[in-house]
Amino acid sequence: MQEPGQKISLIPNVNLKTGAVLGVIFLVLAFFPAFVSSPFYLHLMILIFLYSLLGGAWNILGGYAGQVSLGHAVYFGLGAYTSTMLLLELNLSPWLGMLAGGLAAVLVSLALGYPCFRLRGHYFVIATIALGEIVFVLFVNWAWVGGAVGKYLPILPASLASFQFARKAPYYYIAFAFLGAQLLCTYLMEKSYLGYYFRAVKDDPDAARSLGINITRYKLVAMALSAFFMAVGGTFYAQYVLYIDPESVLPMMLSIQVCLIAILGGVGTLWGPVLGAAIMIPLSEFSRAYLGGGGTALDLLIYGLLIMIIAVAKPSGLMGIITRK
Amino acid sequence: MSEATSAIIVQTIFTGLLWGCIYALIALGLTVIFGVMDIVNFAHGEFLMASMFLAYLFNVWWGLDPLLALPLVTIVLFFFGVGTYRVLIRPVLNAPMLAQIFATFGLLVFLRSLAQFLFSADYRMIETVAVGGRVEVLGAFLARPQLVAAAGAMIMFALVYLFITKTKTGWALQAVAENKQAAALMGINSDRMFALAWGIGAACVGVAGALLANFYYVFPEVGAIFGFLAFVTVALGGFGSVPGAFFAGLIIGVTESLAGVFILPSLKYAVVFVIYLLVVLIRPRGLMGTA
Repeated sequence: MQEPGQKISLIPNVNLKTGAVLGVIFLVLAFFPAFVSSPFYLHLMILIFLYSLLGGAWNILGGYAGQVSLGHAVYFGLGAYTSTMLLLELNLSPWLGMLAGGLAAVLVSLALGYPCFRLRGHYFVIATIALGEIVFVLFVNWAWVGGAVGKYLPILPASLASFQFARKAPYYYIAFAFLGAQLLCTYLMEKSYLGYYFRAVKDDPDAARSLGINITRYKLVAMALSAFFMAVGGTFYAQYVLYIDPESVLPMMLSIQVCLIAILGGVGTLWGPVLGAAIMIPLSEFSRAYLGGGGTALDLLIYGLLIMIIAVAKPSGLMGIITRK
Repeated sequence: MSEATSAIIVQTIFTGLLWGCIYALIALGLTVIFGVMDIVNFAHGEFLMASMFLAYLFNVWWGLDPLLALPLVTIVLFFFGVGTYRVLIRPVLNAPMLAQIFATFGLLVFLRSLAQFLFSADYRMIETVAVGGRVEVLGAFLARPQLVAAAGAMIMFALVYLFITKTKTGWALQAVAENKQAAALMGINSDRMFALAWGIGAACVGVAGALLANFYYVFPEVGAIFGFLAFVTVALGGFGSVPGAFFAGLIIGVTESLAGVFILPSLKYAVVFVIYLLVVLIRPRGLMGTA
């Protein structure tokens, strides 16, 4: 019961200790760029935020609603390409381009999701892989968007309006804010009726349908939310790296990675993808930095092993170990 | 239609049929596992990659021709399949589907990156093979190793088909696929049958891999495209259907080949993926699957 005058807490039922830990982590992260100037570590943190965002986006559809997609790079790529092409052709601000990219991703995800959601289980998973590959091939062969060569973004004066900066710190705060916004949305979704409907669709679709829940509608809602955040991540990536091509924003490997992050951390949990990214991204970056080049795939080797262990021993992911569920 | 065009069409269809035989065998392995236990082996393409690397390594170490190495590769793959079942699949048999997907998916990532870690991403090729060159058949020039591969694939396919339909163990396998409980009441050990299905499934790609290594590049990512073509083939033929895998394999082979010549080589796989989507959306049980 909510007592009159009592403050509505965004994190209810959390004991003081957990709250204090989260608060300290937040403060450390908020002031991190003030103390650490090493570009490598700032870059690492930006990537962790970005991949937490992407893993969290995948998690809405794959974790909460239980529809495993292995083609989510499509929506990341749509975000990156939409804002970039609007900037190049119409000189539109990347911030508006980001919203346009999100809208494009939502529309495409609904158009693709509507027929595919009739498929169950493995059929759906393979269909998402097929869609991912088709979109990849189409972009490679589409000259207007640069084909296999890709597109360079124009270098504009560094400012918040142009979404371009000379230093890494502003990107850090933007990624941090995006991740925060997404966590808040996911949290609100989890606690609202949507969260319960998603879980019903995931755990027992037949029972959910017999209770009068329009399963396809809720799968589509989850898909749209998921695609939107993927696209936001795509625009951020384009503005951060200032170069996009199909190999960097639409590859199958990206689809696999965002899914692995959520699985590793814990599917269907708010903090799972953050935890997954906080482990996987440093693993990738350090193995790349210290074991020579990105070609060794040592990080993926460890990933694959972890995923198998989790599937066999602890399907609830690392969050399941922490919360002992 | 000019004579040149019809010659190209004949050539393309023949090449497509040869590829189709190999696709059919790879798909057979996938469909046997799925038919018996309702699990999709996402690492199936990586099993193929492993068998290609085995054939390659036997050639580098001992100078063994891939065709001679074939029985050895097949046996290794059979036990690899059984081992995968015992270590990775048995624990998730009754787990949610999500855990089953992650298990074989984790294996996919693991095997692919292990190959990249050990051998780098380079493309390799067995330089000198016993059977090489090309022959002319009905005006079409066909690579001899590819002809051998197609013939070998069909022999293996026929052997597996006969094993499943004509032997007592094969009947037991079918019984488990049909109804696990009823089979158990008849005294069939379903655990052994599951292990056998994985063994046969992996042995199929063992044969296919050794045959492919005879004329195709060996590289860590090679399983990605063949694995996906196998999913498409199995979906087209009907999950669990053995004759379906055969006909679907040939259809996919010819379609992909024609699309490569008449649309755009870079779009040929996209065409195959579109076929998958159309099939599962319009006729989800495939050409010959049971409803």
